[in-house]
Amino acid sequence: MKHEILERNSILLLVGILVVVAIGGAVEIAPLFWVNGTVEKVQGMRPYTPLELKGRDIYVREGCYVCHSQMVRSLRDEVERYGHYSLAAESMYDHPFQWGSERTGPDLARVGGKYSDEWQRAHLADPRSVVPESVMPPYKFLEQTPLDYRDIKDEMKANRAVGVPYSDDDIVNAPSDLEAQADPNGDGLDALEKRYPKVQARDFDGNPKQITESDALIAYLQMLGTLVDFKTYHPDARENRR
Amino acid sequence: MSERREIDGVSGTETTGHEWDGIKELDTPMPRWWLGIFYATIVWAAGYWVVMPAWPTLSGYTHGLLDHSQRDEVMANVRALQTARAAKERALTKASLAQIQSDPDLLQFAMAEGRTAFGDNCVPCHGSGGQGAHGYPNLNDDAWLWGGKLEDIQHTITVGVRSTSPDTRQSEMPAFGRDGILKPEQVDDLTEFVVHLSQRPADGAAVRRATKLFADNCAQCHGALGAGDRKVGAPNLTDNDWLYGSSREDIHDQIWNGHGGVMPTWQGRLTPETIKSLAVYVHSLGGGE
Repeated sequence: MKHEILERNSILLLVGILVVVAIGGAVEIAPLFWVNGTVEKVQGMRPYTPLELKGRDIYVREGCYVCHSQMVRSLRDEVERYGHYSLAAESMYDHPFQWGSERTGPDLARVGGKYSDEWQRAHLADPRSVVPESVMPPYKFLEQTPLDYRDIKDEMKANRAVGVPYSDDDIVNAPSDLEAQADPNGDGLDALEKRYPKVQARDFDGNPKQITESDALIAYLQMLGTLVDFKTYHPDARENRR
Repeated sequence: MSERREIDGVSGTETTGHEWDGIKELDTPMPRWWLGIFYATIVWAAGYWVVMPAWPTLSGYTHGLLDHSQRDEVMANVRALQTARAAKERALTKASLAQIQSDPDLLQFAMAEGRTAFGDNCVPCHGSGGQGAHGYPNLNDDAWLWGGKLEDIQHTITVGVRSTSPDTRQSEMPAFGRDGILKPEQVDDLTEFVVHLSQRPADGAAVRRATKLFADNCAQCHGALGAGDRKVGAPNLTDNDWLYGSSREDIHDQIWNGHGGVMPTWQGRLTPETIKSLAVYVHSLGGGE
C-alpha cells in the first residue's frame, strides 16, 4: 500500500506528476535540438521558389498528402520503382513535411520530370482521361482559379522564422520571381535562376494569359525530387548511415 | 504496511481494503503469463539498447554492438539484386538491339525488364496496352512520328520529345489561328484540305482555295503530299491515324492551336539497359519496323 503515501499527500502527488510528465516531455522534445544531426549534407537542395511554395500550399490545402506519400522508403522494391530512398535533407525546407502515411495513389517524392506538364494538366482536370482505373477526384477548378499570391512575402517570412534560409533579397523579389517562373518570356528570369538554381520556368498550365493555381501546383510537382544531386551523395559514407 | 489483508470468502481473493457502502473491491493479481511477458519485454528493451542503435548522444547516437543501418541494408539488397542480374545486364549493355531480339534468352530477359519499366513509367500516357490516348501516340500501330525502328524508339525514349534534354527531339507545329498566322477562313479551308488528304469527302471549293495555303505553310514539314516527315516528327496526314482526333472540329483545333505533346527524357531516370529493354518491348507491341 505504498501508493497510499502519494494519494494522501497532494504536494507529493503533484511533484510525482511533474516528474513523470517531465520525462515524457524530455523524450519528445530533446531530440528536436539535435535534429540537424539527422539531415544529410547534400548538394543541390534549395528553398522552394515562390511559385513552388504556393503550389505546395495548394497540395496541402487539397489534402493530396492523404492519398499520396512523399517518402521513398529504404526498401529494395521502393528503390527499384521510385529511385533513391528519400533523404531527410529533401524535406528540410518543408513546414510541415509531406511524407504522408497512405498510398491510395503512388508516391510522389520523385515525380518531378516524370510526366509532361500537359499530362499533369489533363490528369488534374480529369484523372480518368489518362488513367482509366484511377480513383482520384478531378481538380478542374485549379486551372480556372487565379493564383492568389498577395501574401507571398509574409509566407516566406514565416518560413524564414522556422528556419528556411530565404534572404531579404528573396523576399523582396518574391512576387516578380513568382511571375517570372510562370511566364518565362518576361523579364526577371535571370534573377530567378540566380536565386533558385535548377528552377524550371515555363507556362505550366498552358494558359499564358493568367497565373493559375494549376501553374503553381504543376511547378511544385515538376520540382519534386529533382533538386538533390545524387552523383555527389555517397550513401555508404559513415555520416550518411542511419 | 504489514497488516493482513482481508480475503474475500466467495472468490478466495484478497480485497484492496477499499469499501463503499459495503461493496468491496477484489485485488485480483495479473495473470502470470501476462506478467511474464511484460517483464520479458523490459529485459528485451535493455538488450536492444546494447545491441542496436538506440540512444542519442551529444554528437550522434549509440551505434550498438551490431551497428545496424537500414540504409546499409537496402543498399546491400539492391546490390544483391544487381549481382543476380549482372550477367544479363552486361549482355544487354554489349548487345545491339538487333542482337537482343535474335537471342531468345536475352530477349526474354529484356522483355521482362521492358514490361515492368513500361508499367510504371509509360502507361500513364501511352495506356496499359500502349494503345495511346488523345494527344498520346498509340504504340501498337505502324504510324510512327519519329520512326519505328529499334534505334529510333531507343533514341526517342532516351532524349524525349520537346523535353528538357539538350538533345531532345524537337519540332513545333505553329498555332496558325491562335497566333494570327492565318485568317480564320483560311484555317477553315485548310481543315477541308486535310480532310480531303485523308481520302474523305470534302468541300471541293475550299480544297482548291487551300492548295496553295498547304504548299506554303504545311508542306515544308508534312511534305507536298501530306505524307509526313519523321525527321521533324510531322505526322502523315493521308492515313487514318490521328493523334489529336479525326473530326473536322479536332483538325481545325489542331491547325488553330498547334498542339505538340511533350515526352520526358528518360536518360538519368532509367539505365541505358532499361531503355534498351523498353525499346525492344515497345517494338514488339505490334508496330515495330
